[in-house]
Amino acid sequence: MCTYRALVGLALAVFVAAATAADIGQIKTSKGGVTIERGGASLPGTVGARLQVGDAVKTAADGSVGITMIDNSRLSAGPNSVLALDRYAFDGTTHEGQMDASLRRGTLSVVSGKIAKQNPAAMTVRTPNTILGVRGTEFVVKVED
Amino acid sequence: MEVVIIAILGALMVALHDGSPPPRTPTSLVVVLPEAGGKVGTVVVNPGQAETRLDTAYAAAQIGQGAPPARSTLSEGEVGGLFAAALAARPMPPMSFTLYFITGTDEFTPESKRDLDSVFGELKRRPSPEITVIGHTDRIGSDADNDRLSLRRAERVRDDLITLGVPPEVISIAGRGEREPLVPTADNVDEPRNRRVEISVR
Repeated sequence: MCTYRALVGLALAVFVAAATAADIGQIKTSKGGVTIERGGASLPGTVGARLQVGDAVKTAADGSVGITMIDNSRLSAGPNSVLALDRYAFDGTTHEGQMDASLRRGTLSVVSGKIAKQNPAAMTVRTPNTILGVRGTEFVVKVED
Repeated sequence: MEVVIIAILGALMVALHDGSPPPRTPTSLVVVLPEAGGKVGTVVVNPGQAETRLDTAYAAAQIGQGAPPARSTLSEGEVGGLFAAALAARPMPPMSFTLYFITGTDEFTPESKRDLDSVFGELKRRPSPEITVIGHTDRIGSDADNDRLSLRRAERVRDDLITLGVPPEVISIAGRGEREPLVPTADNVDEPRNRRVEISVR
């Protein structure tokens, strides 16, 4: 019993570490003004830039950006967009995970990956006035104020 | 009396608007697209009231403030116009290569040694390429043993890729054990097509 608890504890610790420390995705396409907002800093959103949980990716009026997450989900945004990566976890062995992103403004294209395939309740995209449950796979979202 | 009503209304507005000036009410538009093969997925729209399911090609919902989602079906051209930049910015789809092993070993079959070469072509085609090497086993042996064997196979291929010149920092590995057989079988069946490593390039 003790061994079992220790194992569950260890598994959870590993899962949490994987979810918080690691890179969760990478910018694969970038045009015009693109920045990554991370903990008050604004970093260049160039091709190859690695993303972390909590990052918000912003595009200027001439900007667009394409991101591939480590579970092969693909997110891409058009100009004047703000996309926040609120929660992300992915286990490469079991494919269990969770992905919550929000589009605060602008346009977004989504192609879901392994997280939504493993568990159709595990991925959501929020806008300022709705929550989208992503059962798979391809859709677009636009937020206008 | 009027004063009281105005005061109550005022308090209500403050409560509703959190003290800030009346917000512009954002609207959201969501459209489900068909996949390359024609299959259409599902998005469940839940703005807080009743759920709306979108599961046909170009099915759309417009979500405003206070009203239920307004459903419609857009044309491919309308979606292409409204979302041109976001769609053009889509990264290339990840691509998978499958390499096979001789039973119970981490040695490639001769054909698979040659297939490894085509991975390099894919790496050259992509901006900032990354690789995930994913090991799989057949269903002979215990789950725990297969998890270990699948990870060992992935490590072996990672080492090969590094020897062949792929930078270590772009490679990650995973062992899926017997969870994802290419050919579904009963437990403890010797199935060569399930003893494989998948190289996913993204």
